[in-house]
Amino acid sequence: MTPELAFLGQFGDAIQFIFVGETSREGTQVGGSQFLELTWEHVKLSGLSMAIACAITIPLGLWLGHIRRFSFLAISASNIGRAVPSLALIAFFVAYLGIGFTNLTVALVLLAIPPILTNTYVGVTQVDPETVDASRGMGMTEPEIVARVELPLALPLIFGGIKTSAVNVIATATIAPLAGVTTLGDPIINVSGYGDTGRLAAAIVVASLAVLTELLLSAAQRAATPRGLKLESDPSRRRRLPTRIGRAAST
Amino acid sequence: MNRKLWISETMGSTARIRPSRLLAAGIALLLFSFTLAACGDDDDESGDSVTTVENETQAIESSPANGDVKIVVGSKNFTEQKVLGEIFAQGLAAAGYDISTELNLGDEQTALKALENGTIDAYPEYTGTALVSLFDVASEDIPTDPQAAYEQTRKDFAKQNLTAFPPTPFTNSNEVGLTADKSEELGVEKISDLQGESQDLTLYGTPECRQRQDCLLGLEQTYDLEFEKFVPVSPDLRHEVLENGQADLSIVFTTDPRNERDDIVLLEDDRAIFPPYNASFVVRDQTVDAAGPDLEKVVGQVTEGLTNEVVSELNARVDLDKKTPKQVATEYLQESGLVE
Amino acid sequence: MPELLAQVQLQDRSTSEASCIADNGFCPSWIADNLDRYVDPFVQHVFLTLASVAVGFAIAFALALVAHRHRWLIAPIVQVTGIMYTLPSIAVFFLLLPLTGRGNLTAIVALVAYSLLIIFRNVTAGLDNVPDETKDAGRGMGLTDRQLLWRVELPLALPEIMAGLRIATTTTVGLATLAFFAGAGGLGEQIFADINFKSNVVVAGGLAIVLAALLDGLILLAQRAITPWTRARTA
Repeated sequence: MTPELAFLGQFGDAIQFIFVGETSREGTQVGGSQFLELTWEHVKLSGLSMAIACAITIPLGLWLGHIRRFSFLAISASNIGRAVPSLALIAFFVAYLGIGFTNLTVALVLLAIPPILTNTYVGVTQVDPETVDASRGMGMTEPEIVARVELPLALPLIFGGIKTSAVNVIATATIAPLAGVTTLGDPIINVSGYGDTGRLAAAIVVASLAVLTELLLSAAQRAATPRGLKLESDPSRRRRLPTRIGRAAST
Repeated sequence: MNRKLWISETMGSTARIRPSRLLAAGIALLLFSFTLAACGDDDDESGDSVTTVENETQAIESSPANGDVKIVVGSKNFTEQKVLGEIFAQGLAAAGYDISTELNLGDEQTALKALENGTIDAYPEYTGTALVSLFDVASEDIPTDPQAAYEQTRKDFAKQNLTAFPPTPFTNSNEVGLTADKSEELGVEKISDLQGESQDLTLYGTPECRQRQDCLLGLEQTYDLEFEKFVPVSPDLRHEVLENGQADLSIVFTTDPRNERDDIVLLEDDRAIFPPYNASFVVRDQTVDAAGPDLEKVVGQVTEGLTNEVVSELNARVDLDKKTPKQVATEYLQESGLVE
Repeated sequence: MPELLAQVQLQDRSTSEASCIADNGFCPSWIADNLDRYVDPFVQHVFLTLASVAVGFAIAFALALVAHRHRWLIAPIVQVTGIMYTLPSIAVFFLLLPLTGRGNLTAIVALVAYSLLIIFRNVTAGLDNVPDETKDAGRGMGLTDRQLLWRVELPLALPEIMAGLRIATTTTVGLATLAFFAGAGGLGEQIFADINFKSNVVVAGGLAIVLAALLDGLILLAQRAITPWTRARTA
């Protein structure tokens, strides 16, 4: 059998493993419904971390952007966050705080914050100052301006940040077994019992989960983009964005 | 033998043989005879040198012929295994073999797979682990005598074309451990004392523990214990979780130096789910054949000094003194007088 | 039991000197003595990063040049490289395993695939940002399309391209910490070797962060050197 056919064969086995599963040598169930447990743990960990990160970061980014302070910090957050490898962050928490779901969630929240912060900040600061002035002129209070003017206009970029973070968190949740949390990374890191087929199966599920999240959040991002901004982002017609902001906007 | 016949037959019909063919045949014959002679010499030598160390530690002798034999030494994924792997690797390298290592492969299933498909040529395995996990022997059928357990292991490996060399003096058993405070609080001394209490207790162990009769499955089936939850963690994390109170119980190794450091109590295995676990160097048959008699000799020399105290000490040098397994293996070989 | 003349020394570990490392703490003296065990992993890490970024840049840059001429290619390329960007690297290592086996190749392929989107997007955006007037002026001076590209458009797009290169490099350093799952060594292997030991985690993780910062800085310096006309503008 040529390597390519063998490759396809292994993929076929892996797909079957995902949906049907098998009984391991010792009689325990692996794959199939057991994968649902792993997937749920994975989603639970990722979802909780993202929820907490958004709850902390979006209000902060909105406010900092509105008052236009600490721009260096907000924009560098992304760069600094990029430079810290996820494994190093997790290892740091395991070494200093120990393993467990709670400690790991804290680590993942920290991982998720930088892209959301930077994108929220940039999203707010690139709202046309004239629009903001006009709103003030109409008698809106500062919090009202943030909530009803700046936030909707910044939403596309904010979603972009959330998207980046979510995919990152899902990817990092794959190494959660190193910190004692049994997610979809278990068949990948602790192969025994699952076998190579199980490992490939888990890799497929994790990859699918990431792609699905990206698609969902992209759709949400498009839905949240006001029509005017959509026209603006058409490459052939848009106005020139300054390089700095163009770089930070990771959609 | 066949070659000689062929040559003499064709020589009979020399009219049809080209000179170049004759020359090639002649060279082949010469090479063949040299090989026979060399083999013959080795056989003579080995007759003299296969003796057990009686009164003196002999240093490992290097033989140039071994340089042509490549051996890849593997190991599983915890400290003791990495140290053992390095010890065997460095010992064999001292004998002149061409050694490379692939340590830290994973659990026993992964290591066996690597051995069978040729990724590695040898690794140290424990007799109990082999019988329970690799060969699916029921725990009541495993002999409690270490030597008998080894014999059975050797036979089972031989069926897979693998040679298991004589075992180490030390045995490193899985045990159920808990902190001294916890054992007083629960009032337990034996594993069966946990009955009635275990459903409120968390147990931590390696991921492969979930699939083994000499681990979680045995505790659940032979001891009828149900745990509140079992958390799989990598082997090196199992002490930290006891220390910081996350784990009520944890599966630990008897040679782990952290048992003493952390004042860990090991519960008595009264229903005998843990077999003997002496380490045996397992090598592929074709590597054994290619390597000659020095392989067995060196493995024997190296294995002899590995007692429980020594191995605990070596583990401590890695886990507590934070030396690398490579350094510690070198120290073992030097301090035992096996290597300069 | 035969008596061995030579003996393995059994040590007493109750002294406090040993206790910093026995307690898995952060021990500067141990770090100073043991830095050499981080050298090889660091070198492997640098190799993996540079190799992946170089190959990724070559491919993405070529794709961007082609797409600059044939605009309809941009969307499909972004789609495909976007999927490669979304797939978690560790999953990709094991998806590739049946094809490319364990070792550096698998790691590099996965890391290259990840970096393509970033570099492609930035090169394309950089080229798009060149003002039409400038291009018209160039054509007016008689430059061919190819000369226009290499003498006008690319130099003006350099800041954007370098920005993409910086992002790609820092993220690759981070992802390369997972390369040991594919059998390619690196600093991640060292972190994983003793994940409880604070000194080890801090040094190995710290080295990765330092490497990312260093490479980022080097590329920035190179950018400033090649594009002196941007120095007047605030970065």
